[in-house]
Amino acid sequence: MKRAANFLEKAMNVIFTFCGFIAIAFVVLVTVFLLVSGIPAIKEIGIFNFLFGRVWASTAQSPSYGILPFILTSVYGTVGAVLIGVPLGLLCAIFTAKMAPKGLGTVIRNAVDLLSGIPSVVYGLIGMILIVPFVREAFNLPDGANLFSAIIVLAVMILPTVISVSETAIRSVPREYEEASLALGATKTETVFKIIVPAAKSGILTGIVLGIGRSIGEAMAVMMVSGNVANMPSLFKSVRFLTTAVASEMSYSSGLQRQALFSVALVLFVFILIINLILNLVVKKDVK
Amino acid sequence: MTEKVSIKRKVKCALLNILMYISCAVICLMLAGIAGYIIYRGAGGVTVDLIVNKPSLLKGTIGILPNILNTLYIIIMTLAISLPLGVGSAIYLNEYAKNKRVVRLIELATETLSGIPSIIYGLVGMLLFVQLFKLETSLIAGSLTLAIMTLPTIIRTTQESLKTVPGGYREGSLALGAGKWYMIRTTVLPSCIDGVVTGCILSIGRIVGESAALLFTAGMANEVLGIFEFFKPKMSGSSLTVALYMYAKERGEFEIAFAIALILLALTFIINALSKLAAAKLKGKGSGR
Repeated sequence: MKRAANFLEKAMNVIFTFCGFIAIAFVVLVTVFLLVSGIPAIKEIGIFNFLFGRVWASTAQSPSYGILPFILTSVYGTVGAVLIGVPLGLLCAIFTAKMAPKGLGTVIRNAVDLLSGIPSVVYGLIGMILIVPFVREAFNLPDGANLFSAIIVLAVMILPTVISVSETAIRSVPREYEEASLALGATKTETVFKIIVPAAKSGILTGIVLGIGRSIGEAMAVMMVSGNVANMPSLFKSVRFLTTAVASEMSYSSGLQRQALFSVALVLFVFILIINLILNLVVKKDVK
Repeated sequence: MTEKVSIKRKVKCALLNILMYISCAVICLMLAGIAGYIIYRGAGGVTVDLIVNKPSLLKGTIGILPNILNTLYIIIMTLAISLPLGVGSAIYLNEYAKNKRVVRLIELATETLSGIPSIIYGLVGMLLFVQLFKLETSLIAGSLTLAIMTLPTIIRTTQESLKTVPGGYREGSLALGAGKWYMIRTTVLPSCIDGVVTGCILSIGRIVGESAALLFTAGMANEVLGIFEFFKPKMSGSSLTVALYMYAKERGEFEIAFAIALILLALTFIINALSKLAAAKLKGKGSGR
């Protein structure tokens, strides 16, 4: 009886330890798989030609695998989304956290939560039906599916992340800061913008970096609105992102083309790891 | 005597206030616009016929029953895999792990996992489950992929809930001669059940909304699979989101796409409400003691 119980204790210990390390195992698994399947193509094409080649023509007679268009599109798209989404989201977060009456604050918070739960294909659908035709009409273009439409959709998609993370950060600023500033004669708005927001800086930065991560990793929604042609990026040209490059060709690819797609995914993964690293630096700085 | 606020400062404040109001209005109107438009375009499409039929060229019917069932199967199967692993992992981190560095490393891995974009999960899932394990594009390959993806959520919420269980419970149980596992099973686990539930709800939300990771792992078939078929390998099927994508992008059938979008929107709303409820309960428990 006692021995059986002891055995069970030991067994459970082993099981829980196994579970504990499974997250690490998965990270290693993902990294190893991406490296193993991504490196051969980079080797064959040559890292310089691959990363800085300006032409992607994977199905041509003499194929060319340069992913600079994808990299730049992903970077431009994310920068654009951040330029639109962050000011909008930050102002909204400040208002919700500090200025809004209680009822209104709850309404906005619920709205933001709902926005964050909407599946990306639904954003893509709305983008396809509303934004793409609108952009076409407004700028008098032959086709509205371009980088600009994608930036708008991405900006909307990073809003919930930016808002909810920075709102939490703004709320957690000690009340004394605010009181001291108000007592010195600053108005409420001045206090919020000059005292509270700087104090919540690292939390707000975390929100922005998370938003960048979400934007650079988004595939389906941008696939539906960006036109999906491997052009060098330009605001009103049809473009292809790192994510959509993988998604759009994977189903019919073979040989070196397929391997090159894995390499694209590897590049995307490296981007995400860099973002994670920045995130950790920001968070760690906060702890100090 | 109050110090006068100069005109310049007043204007500046007023301007900032106006900007804040505008951005909030923009965001709320945007949500209202998105929801309103989906309801407007989708409401006509959501009929009983659509929900109970499968698409068939022969009979001329269109329907999304297979997609609804596939989504349901994927949810069940994914949670069946990720829930035990995630809860186990959280228990290890909170109850067993003694080395702070190990805990930090595992938490770092969990954060990394939660930051990886779903398209990469889709790719790795395809390489690992579809090709290496020879499951082919199937619901089970899709679920295994999503299980890795939802693991961080479950670990985090369970861990947060475990932290609220007072140490006295554990000490009391151990002092009465209980073994560690017995203590966890009878004392700790029952007290953290709401954290587990919150993790489940959040994961379901993520699974329902996921598309990129399923495209190459679970496939795009629109057949109705029986209850005993779905866990077999080689049974591929598209979830609601993938079906929406196929209808909108590949076939241009926007009426069905909007009907599916409306269903997804309703699901999002329900899942949000449930998670709020669960979170409120969790919070109430934390401060109640």
